[in-house]
Amino acid sequence: MSDFTMPSLGADMESGKLVEWLVKPGDTVSKGDIVAVVETHKGAIDVEIFEEATVSELCAGEGETVKVGGLLARLQTTGDASPPSAPPMPEATATEAESRAPKKSGPEAAAPRPAFQIERTGRKKVSPAARRLAAELGIDPESLTGTGIDGSVSFADVELARAGAPTPKAAAAPVRRGGFDPAEMRRAIAAAMTRSKREIPHYYLSNTVDMTASLGWLSRYNEGRPPTERMLAATLLLKATALALRKAPQLNGFWQDDAFRPAEGIHIGWAISLRGGGLVSPAIHDVDTLALPELMARLRDLVARARSGGLRSSELMDATITVTSLGERGADSVTGVIYPPQVAIIGFGRIRERPWVADGAVQPRQLIDVSLAADHRASDGHAGGRLLSTIETLLLEPDEL
Amino acid sequence: MSDPTPGRMTYREACKQAIRDALNRDPNCFVMGEDVGLYGGCYAVTKGLLEEFGPDRIRDTPLAESVIAGAGIGAAIGGMRPIVEIMTCNFSLLALDQIVNNAATIPHMSGGQFAVPVVIRMATGGGRQLAAQHSHSLEGWYAHIPGIKVLAPGTVEDARYMLAAALDDPNPVLIFEHVVLYNEEGTLDPEVTAVDISSAKVRRPGSDLTILAYGGCLPKALEAAGQLAEAGIDAEVVDLRVLRPLDDATIFASVSRTRRCVIVDEGWRSGSLSAEIAARLADDLFFELDAPIRRVCTREVPIPYPAHLEEAALPQTADIVEAARALARPQ
Amino acid sequence: MTGKLKIDKEHGQHLFRQMLRIRRFESKAAELYQAQKIRGFLHLYDGEEAIAVGIMQALDERDAIVATYREHGHALARGIAMGPVMAEMYGKLEGCSRGRGGSMHIFDRDARFLGGNAIVAGGMPLAVGTALADRQLRPGAVTACFFGEGAAGEGEFHESMNLAALWRLPVLFVCENNLYAMGVPLEIAEADTQIVHKAQGYGIPGEQVDGMNPVAVEIAAQRAVESIREGNGPYFLECRTYRFRAHSMFDSQQYRTKEEVEQWKERDPLAHMQKWLIDARLMSQDELSEIEAEVDAEIEEAVAFAEAGTWEDVDDLERFVLMDEVPR
Repeated sequence: MSDFTMPSLGADMESGKLVEWLVKPGDTVSKGDIVAVVETHKGAIDVEIFEEATVSELCAGEGETVKVGGLLARLQTTGDASPPSAPPMPEATATEAESRAPKKSGPEAAAPRPAFQIERTGRKKVSPAARRLAAELGIDPESLTGTGIDGSVSFADVELARAGAPTPKAAAAPVRRGGFDPAEMRRAIAAAMTRSKREIPHYYLSNTVDMTASLGWLSRYNEGRPPTERMLAATLLLKATALALRKAPQLNGFWQDDAFRPAEGIHIGWAISLRGGGLVSPAIHDVDTLALPELMARLRDLVARARSGGLRSSELMDATITVTSLGERGADSVTGVIYPPQVAIIGFGRIRERPWVADGAVQPRQLIDVSLAADHRASDGHAGGRLLSTIETLLLEPDEL
Repeated sequence: MSDPTPGRMTYREACKQAIRDALNRDPNCFVMGEDVGLYGGCYAVTKGLLEEFGPDRIRDTPLAESVIAGAGIGAAIGGMRPIVEIMTCNFSLLALDQIVNNAATIPHMSGGQFAVPVVIRMATGGGRQLAAQHSHSLEGWYAHIPGIKVLAPGTVEDARYMLAAALDDPNPVLIFEHVVLYNEEGTLDPEVTAVDISSAKVRRPGSDLTILAYGGCLPKALEAAGQLAEAGIDAEVVDLRVLRPLDDATIFASVSRTRRCVIVDEGWRSGSLSAEIAARLADDLFFELDAPIRRVCTREVPIPYPAHLEEAALPQTADIVEAARALARPQ
Repeated sequence: MTGKLKIDKEHGQHLFRQMLRIRRFESKAAELYQAQKIRGFLHLYDGEEAIAVGIMQALDERDAIVATYREHGHALARGIAMGPVMAEMYGKLEGCSRGRGGSMHIFDRDARFLGGNAIVAGGMPLAVGTALADRQLRPGAVTACFFGEGAAGEGEFHESMNLAALWRLPVLFVCENNLYAMGVPLEIAEADTQIVHKAQGYGIPGEQVDGMNPVAVEIAAQRAVESIREGNGPYFLECRTYRFRAHSMFDSQQYRTKEEVEQWKERDPLAHMQKWLIDARLMSQDELSEIEAEVDAEIEEAVAFAEAGTWEDVDDLERFVLMDEVPR
């Protein structure tokens, strides 16, 4: 037997609301199957399963809010001979620090923290100091994003709200599939970005790249194709970034537990702004291995699903780096804020015709500003500079993409 | 043992110099206890003092903790200034009647007619593989009792100067000397010639959280603060020093500034001094707190003999770091 | 009466008066207890008066007294005024311990009266300590330490006797052997019921004394105190006695027979002393009546003093938990 629990779809997710079961007891599921839809502050997410199993029992009902790690269903795993009624074993979560074997035995071995879990009432955790300050300032502390212990709203969170505009309590926002709450998403973004700016020592580099060759390649590719099959410049930008990252592993991964952990693959989170406000950056997996038409198809599908609320859990969890592009109607350049625990974000401004010196003369060229914001704990400017320079080289020779 | 640095000495030497000072200063002061004379003290604190002061001032006693403590109390009432040594705080349980029923009660019960200016020193704490009848930290128990003062010198300076302040105090004062500290070295500041026995002391200023510790856990707390600093967490370490009466003002001032607190106590967690402090913080500082109060205490077992088990049972630097990180850098 | 002490009229009447003061004080205390003027535990000394009165004849003002929870008699015999003793039992501020100790914890600094100790044998280590201090600060002073035979079962008894003997400290150990430790008869508590043997085991000179005879107690106490003041170390007196009343006020006395109590009452030290003084023409009937009237008046005055007393201000509850200075 194994337990299928509410997945953590991001560091800032505390709980999710089960919107819909896509399986029923007795169904056989395989790795990668979508088994449920869960509503989070980032919208409705299709939740995948990562094992071969038969569903024994659905433990959470539709409409029920379950905290991360809470039981959703029981599974009979393949080759599992134990009776279905066997009591669930607590998950062992031995970390390196805790693995001093002698420390965890005996009846009194419970770690200093009590093992009990308080039933969450839906009331947000607000520290006493934060609650007092919020009352003094007339701010509703439960409307704020908590960066304190256990996601609690801390004194600093309230001070931050005083400094900036306090986030208003979500009004009657238009409800999307399963009850998506834009205010909730705003809070999640605020939490992640605040944490990033507080914890990550960013450094910034930028480069201006001549896109004339790439745009030429694109117009040749798109010639005669229907609009649905046309390729966008974003595809080239993504592919160039992915290939360049192969040579810059220290920019592709995570800063966790005071150390950099390089990622296994190059999964680029593509920042997508939502029509109702807010932002998600679902991952396109293994971008460096995808052919351009396939990459374009993935990108198109991803944007559509992001805006309709059909993202898969793995897409929300797996990004190893983020790329943001403000597109045609955006600004000339963009310098991003890293999404922790990632260590870098690459920003592409809009492509615009500007004067450029080439072959000793000033000429009109299609130029783009490429920026890198990177975590100085994980990498240094030299590595960042090389990454930008590689991206430039690749975009100058689009045939190589 | 001789160190060329002026003022550099061990905690043990500081204890001895304090006793020597006291004996030279007051002819009514004397030392009594098991093995304090010929043997030189179980932890060698009084070594050499018998030769220096003679058997009337350094009194070897039979193994009889109750009358050792009781005679010290009676002598104090009679006008002497006894320094009673009990070998370890585990043994002091045999003297509990005298300490709790007499020393602590007589001034109040007599309506203030009699003071009991006795000083009782004892070794406390684990870390020397002495097993379950020589390693316990019972100072928290004594800190429960009104009518006595409880001191826990955690530095060489306090070991050197707390005794004089204790002897000047008209009340029974218990001094708990942690066994692992005796060999610790420190350098005395020549400017300091006395310390108070009323206040806690900030040993390391910081802004992100407060670590409260005392006695044998103080060096661990300071070490933890050093490690936390490397991780960008600025921990303040407050040495409780005086376990009864607790210096609420210093404790509250620190915690109301940092809003987060880890209490380190070598006593067991249940019904401990750390519990008392946590309760006071909850009582008086609730609306200043930004996180739950966390405690690092000895595991709820009699202290075992094998080194790895003893280490696992006692609060360690890594435990303090872990608790502090969880408060200061929530995920 | 026995003994080699020459008892003149004045001294004889003094002994009688002291015992009568105690007897009638205790009687009044019992009455006031039932009237709920006195609460807590109340242990009365009826029958044992000869010991406190006899011992005190050998002591002077430099000496210290460590007593038990059955100590009204000791306090009165020591010369502590009856009013403050009664007020203490009322719990009044004017009591000798500000009313904080009650019946079991009478303290008086001027009389060097160190309680009123309610832990059996708990006062003994303390007495060893005051003797240790006295040897240096008040040469010649003696600490008289009272305890019951029940104390002989406690470790503190043995620790104290050993240390006092070892260091030759000026302690007069006075065992008031009334045969019952609360309700435990001596025979089922001690392997050797001769308590004096225990002192001899520590090399402490000891004697058994008729605790129902104040003159016998006084003679033994004089001998003991003289030996102690000469620097010979502690001395031990086992005074055989009997308490006429219950252990404390709430005691049905299942552990002893009425016949036994009646037999011992025939040896009442007060009645015998009275008869002896009159027979020996050391006290007339008129003098007896006069003494009785004076004692009754003293008690009446003490009760009035206690009744008129005040309650300590609750704001002072925590005063003296910690002292600001050593008194005087």
